[in-house]
Amino acid sequence: MRVGRGRNLVLAVPGRVFAQRFGYAMLACAAITLMILSQAEPRVVETIRVGVVDTVAPIFAFFSQPAATISSGFDELDGIMSVHERNEQLAHDNAQLRKWQAGAEQLGHENDMFRRMLKVVPDQRARFVTARVIADSGGPFIHMVLVNAGQSHGVRKGQAVVNHDGLVGRVLEAGDHTARILLLTDLNSRIPVVLEESRDRTILRGDNSPHPHLAFLATDARVKPGDRIVTSGEGGMFPPALDVGIVSAVDKDRATVQPFVVWERLDFVTILDYVVPGVFPETRRAERAGSLE
Amino acid sequence: MGDWLQWTDRALRGAIPVTVTVMLVFAASLPWRLPAFVEVTPAFAVMAVFYWTIYRPERFPFAATFGIGVLQDLLSGTPLGMTALVLLIVQGVVASQRTFFRGKPFLVIWWGFSLVMPAVGLLSWIISSACFGALVPPLPIVVQVLLTMLLFPVFVLLFRPLGVLAAARPE
Repeated sequence: MRVGRGRNLVLAVPGRVFAQRFGYAMLACAAITLMILSQAEPRVVETIRVGVVDTVAPIFAFFSQPAATISSGFDELDGIMSVHERNEQLAHDNAQLRKWQAGAEQLGHENDMFRRMLKVVPDQRARFVTARVIADSGGPFIHMVLVNAGQSHGVRKGQAVVNHDGLVGRVLEAGDHTARILLLTDLNSRIPVVLEESRDRTILRGDNSPHPHLAFLATDARVKPGDRIVTSGEGGMFPPALDVGIVSAVDKDRATVQPFVVWERLDFVTILDYVVPGVFPETRRAERAGSLE
Repeated sequence: MGDWLQWTDRALRGAIPVTVTVMLVFAASLPWRLPAFVEVTPAFAVMAVFYWTIYRPERFPFAATFGIGVLQDLLSGTPLGMTALVLLIVQGVVASQRTFFRGKPFLVIWWGFSLVMPAVGLLSWIISSACFGALVPPLPIVVQVLLTMLLFPVFVLLFRPLGVLAAARPE
């Protein structure tokens, strides 16, 4: 019995080795085909990707909360240690902020008055959806996060994504219940911005590092460390004047930017549904009506 | 009845290496918010494929490697097929050297992994740069390679008992 089995094994091995090698070659070819396909037919691949991610999203949603709890546990411990110090700091900040509030209110009224005097076309107030970050790929190749809101919540490709600190990025792909957000630090991220003080317009370009830089800055642009960067609203995808970051360093051919968003604390984001007033209102409305069906 | 139980037991044990690797791929995608993780996540899948190809090759078919690679690409947003190809190449290379690695002390295995990992980084860098049509900054990849090499022993400690469980058969 044993001898027979052994003989079978001897006979079977060359066949099995061949089958294995053949299978290996086929799979390697399949992988290469997928890469070529994703270049040639990005839409097809996007549909597949969005479908798969939508399917597994409940798993992420289930586990992302404990993961967030674990990491916030560390924060909390840190907070308890320095509670007295923090309290004093906050009281001081509060006093400071009250002064700012009074100033801001006065400026707001004044601004309203000027707008009325000049008959400025008002910016359309953006509608928004707030969603939780359920996955963070965090690889060295791409900077993206997955959130638990999708087309069924009105999220569309290209919309701006912010949190309480400032601009986070834009919607890259939207599934039914999930959306993939391209962070502004990603290699493929390009955001039209403006230097708040000098009004120089430029593009904020990600490079997979935590510090994106300003591309296409005019040679006579006045830029210095500490300058605030906000979205310019050019191209119509993003509302203007969203906080982006501050210029952290300038050398002869490059200005790097420190984004306001603290990436380690990116747990909730807000997706803005912004429509430039008067531009294609009919198509937008039709699209939305279609999505409601 | 006994046969059926035995069969289920073997099937479940046999599925351990692939299941653990799939779980690692999911775990790597969760929003952990650890400062080090924000920039780079270690290449969990490469560690797993490397380990199981040496110690439990019969429980880790090429098709599983392909599937795990595609899953990771779909979840993380890397060019589709990139991780699948890289993992298959790792598995192919390690499988050809299996007889050399079997029974060697851990330091030799670690050394072997430290040779494979930079090649993985270089290959991924070339493929992703080609797919994005722009040079991907290499520094974060170098960090990922070094971090993965450093963490490899920790994961071997996790894989080892699971590997024993995957092989054990009721006699």
